[in-house]
Amino acid sequence: MTTNARPLPPPLSSLVRPGTPAADSAPIKIDVEQLNFYYGQKRALDAISLKIHANRVTAFIGPSGCGKSTFLRTFNRMNDIIPSARVEGKVLIDGHDAYGPGVDVVSLRRQVGMVFQKSNPFPKSIFENVAYGLRINNLARSKAELAERVEESLRAAAIWDEVKDRLSDSALALSGGQQQRLCIARALAIRPDILLMDEPASALDPIATQRIEELVYDLKKTYTIVIVTHNMQQAARVSDHTAFFWLGRLIEYGRTDKIFTAPAEKLTEDYVTGRCG
Amino acid sequence: MGVNLASSPSSSGRRRADLVFQAAALLVLVATLGALAALVATVWNDGASRLDWRFLTSFPSRRAEDAGIYHAIVGSFYVILLTGAMALPVGVAAATYLEEYGGRNPMARFIELNIANLASVPSIIYGLLGLGLFVRLMGMGRSVLAGAATLALLALPVVILSTREALRTVPSSIREGSYALGATKWQTIWYQVLPMSLPGILTGLILALSRAIGETAPLIAIGALTYIPFAPDSIWSPFTVLPIQVFNWVSRPQVAFKENAAAGILVLLTLLLTMNAIAIVLRDRYQRKGRS
Repeated sequence: MTTNARPLPPPLSSLVRPGTPAADSAPIKIDVEQLNFYYGQKRALDAISLKIHANRVTAFIGPSGCGKSTFLRTFNRMNDIIPSARVEGKVLIDGHDAYGPGVDVVSLRRQVGMVFQKSNPFPKSIFENVAYGLRINNLARSKAELAERVEESLRAAAIWDEVKDRLSDSALALSGGQQQRLCIARALAIRPDILLMDEPASALDPIATQRIEELVYDLKKTYTIVIVTHNMQQAARVSDHTAFFWLGRLIEYGRTDKIFTAPAEKLTEDYVTGRCG
Repeated sequence: MGVNLASSPSSSGRRRADLVFQAAALLVLVATLGALAALVATVWNDGASRLDWRFLTSFPSRRAEDAGIYHAIVGSFYVILLTGAMALPVGVAAATYLEEYGGRNPMARFIELNIANLASVPSIIYGLLGLGLFVRLMGMGRSVLAGAATLALLALPVVILSTREALRTVPSSIREGSYALGATKWQTIWYQVLPMSLPGILTGLILALSRAIGETAPLIAIGALTYIPFAPDSIWSPFTVLPIQVFNWVSRPQVAFKENAAAGILVLLTLLLTMNAIAIVLRDRYQRKGRS
């Protein structure tokens, strides 16, 4: 078997942004305690405990099927839609258990926004895509306020300049990268506290990916961001903290530079250097 | 070993089988279309000469040459409009419940199976049900309303099945996107799922109505078969519809009435084709939307 010689990617340690604090003093936004997750009889997450800091980007990495997306979806209870899913343990968001009794899932999801792997704009106009969340949650009292908040959200998602002249065009006419930024704008419009991103750039080309990554970096000033990614370089570039998952378990969690340069676990090292997974 | 492009005995045999099948399929198609064309041609031959403005705007008469079909056109129009107005909301609501709220328990499967069965129940049964329920028990009499209610029952299973089909085609990513923005289940269904399935729902509705507009037996059962010298002017009026008028004329011995019947069939066919054309246009628009 012959293979073309491929240039080796740059060592991941060179991609890590400098200046990550040695010990993070940011407050805890999400505090997960002993979380088990089951699909029917199958246990998908095994006793996961982890604290996510406010105004930081936390990346979840790990091979496909390791449970990182499932875990992400427990933060806004998106898994509730799956009939056989079952959760044990606590997901404390600002101290309130998302799975506690009397929790209003609708209000939870309003405060924990989500962007999906595949961009999923509604088959409506660009304006209506962003306005939808505002309308259903009664967040705009007037037409003017609605338009204002749509613009604000599109600006925050760095897509305003590209769409400002065609807000009434179908969102489906946008490119893949634009659609994904529109979905981010849509999520931002209802001003969540936390933004969950499930492989938001996996279907995009490198340039569109770069724009999303820059956006993530900007958004963490305002939001707590949790991002699932398959792309190791991406995790290294955008995140402050990284959690490595393997077969439904949290193997290692720490500052991103440490995870990529001096992981404590052999499994983590093997994965981030591409020897396994 | 190199690539061999020459045909082998087994491949030529397969090609022959392919050709035979193609020819057989074509033959069946031609025979079917031929039968249909012959039917339309015969009807056209018999009825085209009677088809004029006077025929369309006249009331029935004992003299074939004076008889018209105006009352039956208006009757059919009234009945179908009301049928649609009843079948659409009830059918969509039932389908939405079954698909979105019903769950997958044995009861839901039982109901699902029975709706599929209802779609194939002979229409005369619906007529008898309509006679007992609407005409007698609910005291609607032999009215347009009773007729439409009966046909709505007939159309319901088809509307429910096609609505469920349409609801299923809405991708889960759209639902998730809506839920993730803090939408309730009902908001998601009302603002995202139903609008996206609307073309599919309308296509199903129109196909169901196309079947209903050609129905004779259930309306005869509830007593619409009467000589009616006027067009219905309210939902309580007695009425007749096109297929019943045609049936009525066919059963007369005079040749001239046979011509009227053929002309009536042409009117009914035109109406049917128009409705089906609308259904196709709606479906195409839907598919275009889905692609872009």
